[in-house]
Amino acid sequence: MPTRRDMLASTAGALGGAVVFGVPPLPRPDPQGAQAPPPVRPPLAPMPDDPTSAPGAPTSALGERSHQVSVARTPTGLIAGSSLTPHQSLTGTITPSDLHFERHHAGVPAIDAAKHELLIHGLVDRTLAFSLADLKRFPRVTRTYFIECSGNGGGAFRRPRAEMTPQQIAGLASNTEWTGVPMRALFNEVGAQRGASWVLAEGSDAAELTRSIPMSKMLDDALVVWAQNGEPLRPAQGYPIRLLLPGWEGNASIKWLRRLELGTRPWMTREETSKYTDPLKDGTARQFSFEVDAKSIITAPVFPDRITRGWHPISGVAWSGRGRIARVEVSTNGGETWSNAALLNAPTPKAFVRFEQMWEWKGDETVLLSRATDETGYVQPTRAALIEARGIGTSYHSNPIYGWKVGTDGAVTFHGET
Amino acid sequence: MRRMTIATAALLVGCGPSGSDPRSPQRMGLGREVPAHEVALVNRDVGPDGAELPPGRGTVAEGATVYAAKCASCHGANGEGMAPFPKLVGRPPEAEGFKFGASEAGLDRTIGNYWPYATTVFDYVRRAMPQLTPGTLTDPEVYALTAFLLASNQVIPMDAALDAESLRAVKMPYQDRFVPDNRRGGREVK
Ligand code: HEC
Repeated sequence: MPTRRDMLASTAGALGGAVVFGVPPLPRPDPQGAQAPPPVRPPLAPMPDDPTSAPGAPTSALGERSHQVSVARTPTGLIAGSSLTPHQSLTGTITPSDLHFERHHAGVPAIDAAKHELLIHGLVDRTLAFSLADLKRFPRVTRTYFIECSGNGGGAFRRPRAEMTPQQIAGLASNTEWTGVPMRALFNEVGAQRGASWVLAEGSDAAELTRSIPMSKMLDDALVVWAQNGEPLRPAQGYPIRLLLPGWEGNASIKWLRRLELGTRPWMTREETSKYTDPLKDGTARQFSFEVDAKSIITAPVFPDRITRGWHPISGVAWSGRGRIARVEVSTNGGETWSNAALLNAPTPKAFVRFEQMWEWKGDETVLLSRATDETGYVQPTRAALIEARGIGTSYHSNPIYGWKVGTDGAVTFHGET
Repeated sequence: MRRMTIATAALLVGCGPSGSDPRSPQRMGLGREVPAHEVALVNRDVGPDGAELPPGRGTVAEGATVYAAKCASCHGANGEGMAPFPKLVGRPPEAEGFKFGASEAGLDRTIGNYWPYATTVFDYVRRAMPQLTPGTLTDPEVYALTAFLLASNQVIPMDAALDAESLRAVKMPYQDRFVPDNRRGGREVK
């Protein structure tokens, strides 16, 4: 029976297990097909043999995915739960807003945007509350950043299993174009005082989730955002406003942001003591592990694909919380040799980059691997190297090299013991 | 003398990756001035020095009664936890001495054997528990529950009572094990 800690620390694994074992695997005609259960849809009109033979459907108020595309997150149905991005179904770098991962500690609150305010107080010259309308009158910035939950991949790190998908391994990371106001502008408006070194950020959910954020991050690139991929934030991502700390563990980017208090020390909230700290093998516990280490994952071909001989694009995503991805290497022989993959978009700091390498499969058993290096020179380590550095007692902030084993029958399975 | 603000200083020295924003005037005059009494309504956080702890007092025995009525249904009669509801109480000998990092066994981290600050119990229970009716506990109830959870975890005596002063004085067994992040990027894996 899984222990409490397993449940909390390895949400991805626990949930993913339910998907793989609870639902019969879907037939997968192409690598774009999702592994997740198909959403409920109205019955289909029969598809004509020749789409040019008759007029098609009329215009509609809201766009919909093609009925032939089935993508879904993996909700747990728990109010302190999560729901994972189906990376195996996505291409490019932007996560569609309805597929952005969710992780909440007390459900998605219903907030009246017209009444919601962001209060900034503490070591400030002027205690001010900003409405959404106020926030929208500041000069805006639009930037693309990933958010990755501190627990992403915890289950796959702790207990890698052959039947794991990218959704289960890395689905607590998503990448979005955000629009909002730099924190610097708000702190200028309230007159942040020189002595302030830490800021408490509080959400307006039933957990009143709080995290302590160093002032230096707030003055560097922190944003208060209200828009996601060109439209208002989705409720699960913080509607009407959230804190966005580029490159930092997701839990700190407080959703439904309602209050910022400027002070002189961290508050030692439950989310930065009991949770999201890493007990190490030397008997210490690392705290405030904000920056996300560089990571990559191949998203095609993956479990449960079955590939045929010939050429295949090996495709995946990479990111680093410390800046740009400098390169992604791919190995098609279990790590004996590596070569630089092509990057399909120009890397920007703290955002997904899509990599690809063409590969001809000749029918031999092998393991496909990807390894990211960021602009600080940090190289994504193997699982063994991570355990060597940290011990086996923590699965937060894990970023091991992930592998995909290809059998002689073409069946692809997860190879986590790198 | 008017203090120079950090944000102003940052703008002057062009701190931050993109420097100052030429579109941003010094101040825009936006936002609503909020009086202190209004701030006090939402400013209910309690930090590790307990400076913000409210008046009130509660005993371990009172905490046991409140716990049985409002918490046990999820966390178990003795705080043993019932998945997915976390375990709150427990100091198994194999976990003592902060063995979590070296152990493959997946040792349970509890308030007693892991949490570095007692004030966190007060702050978290007051803001987030009970999960379905958060914000309904009175301050004396939160003191009592904090006392009950700390005593059940063998941090304070079973006949203890907590108020602001005594809660401030509680030192958790493994507080000194917590260290700041030392990862800095570059070649080393930490
Ligand atoms: C309806 C079920 C429920 C009830 C009732 C409940 N809790 Fe909880 N409690 C939870 C859940 C779920 C979590 C985990 C939340 C999370 O992970 O964010 C939790 C977490 C906690 C934690 C943090 C544990 C940790 O290791 O970080 C404490 C402390 C706690 N509860 C105390 C209490 C107290 C005291 C009461 C009674 C006043 C109470 N709870 C009532 C469901 C409940």
